[in-house]
Amino acid sequence: MSEISAEQVAHLANLARIALTDEEIGHLTTELAQIMHAVEKVSEVATPDVPPTSHPIPMQNVYRDDVVGNTLTAEEALSGAPESDGSRFVVTAILGEEQ
Amino acid sequence: MSDELIRLSAAELGEKLAAGDVSSVEATRAHLDRIAAVDGAVHAFLHVEGERALETAADLDRRRAAGEALGPLAGVPIAIKDVLVTKGMPSTSGSRILEGWIPPYDATPVTKVREAGLIPLGKTNMDEFAMGSSTEHSAYGPTHNPWDLDRIPGGSGGGSAASVAAFEAPLALGSDTGGSIRQPAHVTGTVGVKPTYGAVSRYGSIALASSLDQIGPVTRTVLDAALLHDVIAGHDPLDSTSLPMAWPSMADAVRRADVSGLRIGVIKELDGAGFQPGVRQRFHEALELLERGGAEIVEVSAPHFEYSIAAYYLILPAEASSNLAKFDSVRFGLRVTPDGAGTVEQVMSATREAGFGPEVKRRIILGTYALSAGYYDAYYGSAQKVRTLVQRDFDAAFAKVDVLASPTAPTTAFKFGEKLADPVSMYLNDIATIPANLAGVPGISVPTGLAPEDGLPVGIQFLAPAREDARLYNVGGALEQLLVAEWGGPLLGRAPDLTAHELSATEEGAL
Repeated sequence: MSEISAEQVAHLANLARIALTDEEIGHLTTELAQIMHAVEKVSEVATPDVPPTSHPIPMQNVYRDDVVGNTLTAEEALSGAPESDGSRFVVTAILGEEQ
Repeated sequence: MSDELIRLSAAELGEKLAAGDVSSVEATRAHLDRIAAVDGAVHAFLHVEGERALETAADLDRRRAAGEALGPLAGVPIAIKDVLVTKGMPSTSGSRILEGWIPPYDATPVTKVREAGLIPLGKTNMDEFAMGSSTEHSAYGPTHNPWDLDRIPGGSGGGSAASVAAFEAPLALGSDTGGSIRQPAHVTGTVGVKPTYGAVSRYGSIALASSLDQIGPVTRTVLDAALLHDVIAGHDPLDSTSLPMAWPSMADAVRRADVSGLRIGVIKELDGAGFQPGVRQRFHEALELLERGGAEIVEVSAPHFEYSIAAYYLILPAEASSNLAKFDSVRFGLRVTPDGAGTVEQVMSATREAGFGPEVKRRIILGTYALSAGYYDAYYGSAQKVRTLVQRDFDAAFAKVDVLASPTAPTTAFKFGEKLADPVSMYLNDIATIPANLAGVPGISVPTGLAPEDGLPVGIQFLAPAREDARLYNVGGALEQLLVAEWGGPLLGRAPDLTAHELSATEEGAL
């Protein structure tokens, strides 16, 4: 199960939006195989009759009253942005040339 | 005077402040002076408030002079782990990608400590995004263990633990996802508590793994932890996982501490192979002391705990890979534009490549893999089933005993670099602490002495059923009392004098 190729790591890096270098992909391919080998142990006891738990203390229907609370001003919300025009976040081109 | 002030517990300092024996400005200045003297060697802090802390303290002194009713910790300084966002103070979570970011709001635990009149001293160092057990993964360099500067202070909250161990702060806030409060407490001779999941709001805590993270106190005494716990716990409508319930006073639990008739279960699977002899020796001595104090010691089995680390290192990366998607170069933090500009996706990828350290990349890729179509059931799905099995182990154990006990971590503080090249061996540090996060139950680490073979601190961990945090303070408070009586003073009294080497450097410079 834990056969991981460099191509797979490069694909995962693309999905995760990290421009890994070839050297990093090389290291990660080896390390991920080791880590996956160590964590595959979970399948030994995860039999079909055991229900999964996603949350340690489950709660249902957590609602609040539909009233406006304390919110950030536009200025505050934009204060940490690398680039803004005073009322909006500014980013570079959404589409590439071939798109 | 100044040295005397920094060595007081937070409870003692609070009493002196209330009695008017000392002002908050004096107490805050004493801690800032201490930081200036020793933090060059310890590096617990990423940001120190300085003058602003003194202004906050002066304001508090004025309120007290005006006769305002204040809480037991009003005027006491506190250090804040950099995982919590702080209005007006930089918040990086130990990452280059957030360097220089000043959040526009406070995390709820920060709001609560401010409301209780505590004085924020600054932000403490941590492994990047709380991923690590040593602070070696901080983008800003590691924190050093005050007991031996060549060794790790634990992680991820090594900065918070070292700051209280080095007397730079009487109290600190930490976060615990798999042991990041308790394991640093163990290796620095301090007290750390991970409350029940949902007891303390996670609003404004930069999320690592949302179903595991919990904020808690980092202190030198059990009473101090309880006093801080009482300040930060409580329902918060801004966190949908916050438990809507009233909590009993943890400080009262410490003051009334009594273990007579208490049933303590020793987890068989966490008391053998892989644990350093000195760690086990102090653990068993502590149990004997509790037994002489009237507790009943019972052996219990938790057969699925051995699968905890494997489950944790699937669940955590999966959740982290989603949580860290927000660092996209748009709303906050770093933006790196590749040569020739490019699309927003290329900017995002270049930013994340430059802004994240190796451990963060490793876990994001691992999490992305574990959540991939075709692998989801085998990895993430199976890990969630292990979570059920671990919860069942806890349920079965707590049907027989009131609290569980184990050593907090397998070894004493290791040297820098020792485990950096081998992620799997680094992950094994968390073997005793992870089950509590998977099940959402609370845990405390209390110092039990120094391991005879290396003279470094070790701790005992107690675990209680969810919502029964007060039991931890009862047993922890009782044990601390028994141990301090036996030692003739607190364990940290035996820690090396950090100013000695600074002093000789100054003297050399003067020659």
